[in-house]
Parts: sequence; structure tokens; C-alpha cells
Amino acid sequence: MKKIKTPLLSADIQKIKSGNEFSLSGIIYTARDQAHKRLVEALRKGGKLPIDIKSAIIYYCGPTKTPRGKIIGSCGPTTSSRMDEFTPLLLKAGLKGMIGKGARSEEVRGAIKKYKAVYFLTYAGCAALLSRYVKSKELVAYKDLGPEAIYKLEVKDFPLIVGIDSYGNDIYREASTKIKKFSEVLRSSTELSDGLLKSEGGEHIW
Amino acid sequence: MKLIGAEKITNTVGDLCVQANIALRKDVLSQLKRAYAGEKAKRAKDNLAAIIENADIAQKEGLAICQDTGMPCVFLEIGQEVRIGGDLQKAIHNGIALGYARGYFRNSIIKNPLKRGTPGYLPPVVHTEIVKGNKMKITVLPKGFGCENKSGLKMFKPTAKIDEIKKFIIETVKSAGPDACPPFVVGVGIGGTADYVCLLAKKALLRKLKTKNSKLKNTSKNSKLIALEKELLSLINKLNIGPMGLGGETTALAVNIETYPTHIAGLPVCVNISCHALRSASCIL
Repeated sequence: MKKIKTPLLSADIQKIKSGNEFSLSGIIYTARDQAHKRLVEALRKGGKLPIDIKSAIIYYCGPTKTPRGKIIGSCGPTTSSRMDEFTPLLLKAGLKGMIGKGARSEEVRGAIKKYKAVYFLTYAGCAALLSRYVKSKELVAYKDLGPEAIYKLEVKDFPLIVGIDSYGNDIYREASTKIKKFSEVLRSSTELSDGLLKSEGGEHIW
Repeated sequence: MKLIGAEKITNTVGDLCVQANIALRKDVLSQLKRAYAGEKAKRAKDNLAAIIENADIAQKEGLAICQDTGMPCVFLEIGQEVRIGGDLQKAIHNGIALGYARGYFRNSIIKNPLKRGTPGYLPPVVHTEIVKGNKMKITVLPKGFGCENKSGLKMFKPTAKIDEIKKFIIETVKSAGPDACPPFVVGVGIGGTADYVCLLAKKALLRKLKTKNSKLKNTSKNSKLIALEKELLSLINKLNIGPMGLGGETTALAVNIETYPTHIAGLPVCVNISCHALRSASCIL
């Protein structure tokens, strides 16, 4: 796996294509639902953000508590689409990378393309495995949010798959062209009804 | 009359919370390994390999399989000859708090769903059934919300064709997509009422995933249901959603259906999706 490190520079971002795999070393910030809500409220009010968002990478993650003797508890990605409504403004403010799981909205894909950022995926539900790649953890903001606080993590060789690159290529849109239409799936069923095929709804691109 | 003390219940619930969150169910792990062997695409294999390695690391290091240690769902089957020594609700709650603190699990529960606020470990969701006998069975299912959020309920007309129900189930799985962490275990409830059918779908997840030697009784009702479960699993896997939604043969590990009698005017169907980290643990007191 190719190695990349933070901060993500424009030259790095240009070379990154959807589907590529990387191992990341450097600094990432955890932030999910409530933290995103607060960050965007702060941006809208023209206030200062608790982290330097320019060139930052945000990891959609709310870790478990930290067991004794460990740097961090289990820390896998949460569902990225819940942060979609907040993402374009953060990208406009300089955010360059996001790590999560699942597809993003068309609006987010457009903003990633416009502001030249990258959306990465990491191994969903592999929270114990991923904790091994975290070398340090520091609480930086929103302590009252508990697991949803913003933590600054230093990671080494954190495994990533590129979900959306800065050209707008999207691994899930590519995957969804291969997802069978329901009508094709039903055709192989032994109890088929014509009426069912005619009433099929629109295709899913998550 | 059999007396079961509150302290015993608390300690048992505590142990079950830890066990469920760090030790992936053997039947689930077994199906994941089968899926790995059956996958051809490299990315699908890599994802499954990471999931299997994660289960191993979690167990060895006493870490939660997933950082979403869920909203604990507790299922009690209390024999009618059992007497509880103490406050049952308190005993269960203390057990959850004990287990979650001991495991350093995540405080994911907020008391006020509208106001939100700082999360804690409590309360769990508890389902209680009174059964015959003098034993008490406790099951803890920490349910992650990535997949819980993708559940679906539909109140079909009583004249609905089976194909419409299959379509609903498959479409619900398709909508879940990568967000709910495939490969899934799909729990389905059919019958009952709007609330009971959802409980059936959730309870379906507690059933052991079928291995080669299924020990289910060979009744006509069961054989029809087994055939439907098999067919739905096959259709779902034809969707090619795959591990992490990035393509593959394994979109679901199993489809478990639970049924119950229902009203002549209705046909409730619920789909409760579990991610690949299907976690539950039981004990009989």
C-alpha cells in the first residue's frame, strides 16, 4: 500500500484516484454528528473554530472509552452520510480530507470536486483492528459531547480506500452500476408476477 | 418457587455485556469465514479478512468489536415459578452499567431523544416474557445503530402476494447498502401487530445462523419458512452489494424469519437489519 502523510498537499490530492488504497500517517481529527453541527454553527456566526480546519482531515468516529494501558479504545468509522449537510461548508473553509464509511450525497461529491478534497473509506466495523494504528490521542474540543468530542489523533499506516477523489470519481457510483436491478434479481425467483416488475421504483444510488 | 437474587442478575448481565461486545458469536464468525472462502474479488476478500482479524484482536485484547457498543437490548424469559429477590429493573440496569464500565465500552445512550445531551450507558431496552418453569434466561444484544437506522416496517394488505413481501425485504436491504456495514444478517418479522412484528424481527437476530446441519424440527410450516429464508438470502446475495458495499458475493450471511398469528385485516412485516458485527450473549439462571 502506498504511504501518504498529513498535511495533504494539493500535489498529493491531484494524484489520488478513487479506488486507490493508502496507508496514512500523521494527524487526523475525530468529529461526528454533534461536533459537525457545532463547527458549522461557529462558521455561520463567523466565530473561531476549535481546530485549524485548513488542510485538516476529519475522521467520522466516536471511539469507546480507553482501557487502561491503551492509547485509544475501539475506533472504527461511523456512517458518513449523516455529516453530508455540514460538509460543503467545512470544505469551503479548507477541510481537505474525510474518513468514514458509506456513500455521500451528490452535493458533497460536487463540493469535494469544487474544493479539491478527498473522501476516504476505512474498514467498517473493524474498530479493534483500527485502534492499533493510533499512536496518540488528545482531547481538543467539546468535552461535554463525550464520545462525540473532537480528538486529535496521531496515526501511523492507517489503512484507507479512496471513496471520492478530487475529480469527483466515486467508488460507490462505480459499484452501484454493478448492483443488480431488482427486476433482474426477481427474474431468478421461481414465483414471479408481471405486475411486480412493472411497479418497480427508481434505482438506488446511495 | 425458585429465588434468583438481584446481585446474581446484575453480575450475569454485566458478564453478558462484556462477552457480547468482545467475543463475536461463533456462528457469525463461522459464516464470515465461509463467506471469505466463497468470495472471488480481492477487495471483498480483503474486507472480510479485516473483519475476521478484527474479531480475533477484539477477543485477544478485550476490546469492543465495534466502537458502536450499541443500545443494549435485554431479553428476559422468566419462569413463572421464579421469584426475584430485589428490584429487577435496578438489577438489570446495574448490570449494564457494570459491564459497560468494565469493558470501557461507549456511552452511546442519551436520556432525552429530542434535547440530546451528554450520553451515558443507560437505560437499556428490556423485553420480558413470562414462561413456564423455574429458570430465568437473560440475553443481551447490543444493537448498533448504523444498521438499526435502516430497519423498515410495512403494513401490507391481507391479500398481498408473497412477491410483494419479498420485494419489500430485498428493497429494504438494498436501501441499507454500505451504511449498515454489510454483510448483513437480516431479521424479518411477519404477523402480530405493528409493534410486535418489530420485536419478532429483532428476536430473529438471536437465532443461530444456519450451519450445514440445521437442527430445526421437520414440520411443514418450518420447511416453507426455511425455503423462503434460503430464497431471500440467495436473492439478496444476487444484488452484489458485497462487504462494505464495494461489490461481492456476500451481501448477507443469513435471513432469519419469525412469524406470529395476525389480524384478518392485516399483514405486518418488519425488517431489522444487523451489520456483520451481530453481537449477543445468553445465560440461563
